[in-house]
Amino acid sequence: MDTNAIYVMWLRDMKRFLRAKSRIIGMLMMPLFFLLGLGLGLGGLIHLSTGGTYFNFIVPGIVGMSLLFTSIFTGSAVLWDRQFGFLKEILVTPNSRASIVIGRIAGGGTTVVMQSFIVIAISMLIGFQINPSPIALLAVVFMILIATTFISLGLTLGSMISDFQGFQLVTSFFTMPLFFLSNSLFPASSLPSYVQDILFLNPLTYGVDGLRIALLGTGTFPIWVDLIAMLISSAIMISIAVYAFNRTDVG
Amino acid sequence: MAIIDVDRLSKSFDKLKAVDGVSFKVNEGEVFGLLGPNGAGKTTTIKMLTTLLPQTSGNAKVAGYDIRKQQNEIRKNIGIIFQDPSLDEDLTGRENLEFHAILYNIGRERRDAKIAEVLKLVELEDKADTLVRFYSGGMKRRLEIGRGLIHEPKVLFLDEPTVGLDPQTRRHIWDYIRRLNETSGTTLILTTHYIEEADYLCGRVAFVDHGKIVALDTPSALKNKLGGDVVSIQINAEDRKKFSQLFKGLKWVKRLSAHEDFIDINVEEGERRIPEVMVLASKHGLKILSVSLHKPSLEDVFIHYTGKTIREEEGNSFVQHMRAMRNRRNR
Repeated sequence: MDTNAIYVMWLRDMKRFLRAKSRIIGMLMMPLFFLLGLGLGLGGLIHLSTGGTYFNFIVPGIVGMSLLFTSIFTGSAVLWDRQFGFLKEILVTPNSRASIVIGRIAGGGTTVVMQSFIVIAISMLIGFQINPSPIALLAVVFMILIATTFISLGLTLGSMISDFQGFQLVTSFFTMPLFFLSNSLFPASSLPSYVQDILFLNPLTYGVDGLRIALLGTGTFPIWVDLIAMLISSAIMISIAVYAFNRTDVG
Repeated sequence: MAIIDVDRLSKSFDKLKAVDGVSFKVNEGEVFGLLGPNGAGKTTTIKMLTTLLPQTSGNAKVAGYDIRKQQNEIRKNIGIIFQDPSLDEDLTGRENLEFHAILYNIGRERRDAKIAEVLKLVELEDKADTLVRFYSGGMKRRLEIGRGLIHEPKVLFLDEPTVGLDPQTRRHIWDYIRRLNETSGTTLILTTHYIEEADYLCGRVAFVDHGKIVALDTPSALKNKLGGDVVSIQINAEDRKKFSQLFKGLKWVKRLSAHEDFIDINVEEGERRIPEVMVLASKHGLKILSVSLHKPSLEDVFIHYTGKTIREEEGNSFVQHMRAMRNRRNR
């Protein structure tokens, strides 16, 4: 592993992120509308069979959603780098492709996790109550694992697709089912069992469940199941991303 | 010693043979040029030599390492200045250089010294902390050249280093490239479709056309192969026959062509033959109105080998075809 390359890719993402203030605000808009519209607006009409308020229930789901969307979107960086030729510059340096991928995950992960902190902070301002327990800190671990899984997916798609429209089309093909066929908006138990099976194949389900246990203290699975599921999905997705990035065309 | 040894290297994209069995050697410290029209296969060759593209067949060694099996070793020893821009425009010039240095594992102290040195060389010291997106085209190019030098590569590849630049900046960059080779001894390989660039910079030039090397030598040797220089004399049209007879039999005249009141004599070392021509004419009482000496350019050589000028090769195929026929007639 070439730590220099990991460090540079991370540092680059930090610098670019802090310079693109409009992007930070833009990426916060969607979770904010979901919090207001679904959490507060629709939430008042919903009574959960599992107990607790719908607003509290949905905040981890919206954190998971914003992680999913922004993480996959991170893959477009590969397309931009290809467009601007910077990809070639990276690929001719004596560093393993795996380190470049890890560095990108580290950089993208840091930015999307920071965004999640802001989403949680805003939710707390409008009434979200975090379970006052040290377990709440585990939420950070789940955020990192959700980010790792879906940034890897984004990097895989970015490595395989070179036109921007195609990338957008294919990512929405992934994000929509991943989001709606998860437990982000509703408890899995409210679905018929044959749909539940699909939810249980979705890594986001375990990620959001882990967030709920950490932040609220209640969830569907034991927390170690969520943790192992997310570790496995992260490992698989990183491997796929490295494989795809190895074969990417420099343009 | 050959620092680059290319052996029957080929690359096909589907049915198109972009590079077709190219072989050449480049010596350490040399400035070597691949000259040819766009689409001739120069960039594809460079991509293979710099490990960015796997070859279809053949092989090559760069700095003693196999391009297929020892890619990481090669990457440590080469630098590339790409044809298209390859900077991160959302970073400053200095950050682009810094990141490059870190990617090549250069420690902080040496990194800072090297960056300062390179910024000075490419005269970007006062723009170092400006975002690259605010740079002009020439400044970006200079930054890229500087970046390619940071890790002191043994071999530096320059793919069309001055394409799209104004003449003044081009001249400037040529001077950098020359000075760089003279002071550091770095081996330089450059591709270009500018005749003057190859002529001005390269110790040896390979003409590339349709994926093949059609000629390879020093620029002056390539030009001499055409039969040396052309001494063109202007005469009174009625003396034309006498002149033709006078020069035709001479051993040092390689070719003679007369048209209207001009006679073109192909000779080697034309400047030495001019006095002889003058003396010979006055001995026979013939009058010469004017004399001019024309050195064949690399462009003439390219036409000789391919039947086309480089610019025409890049034009549309019909025009290209017509011109190629015309050129063939004219030769």
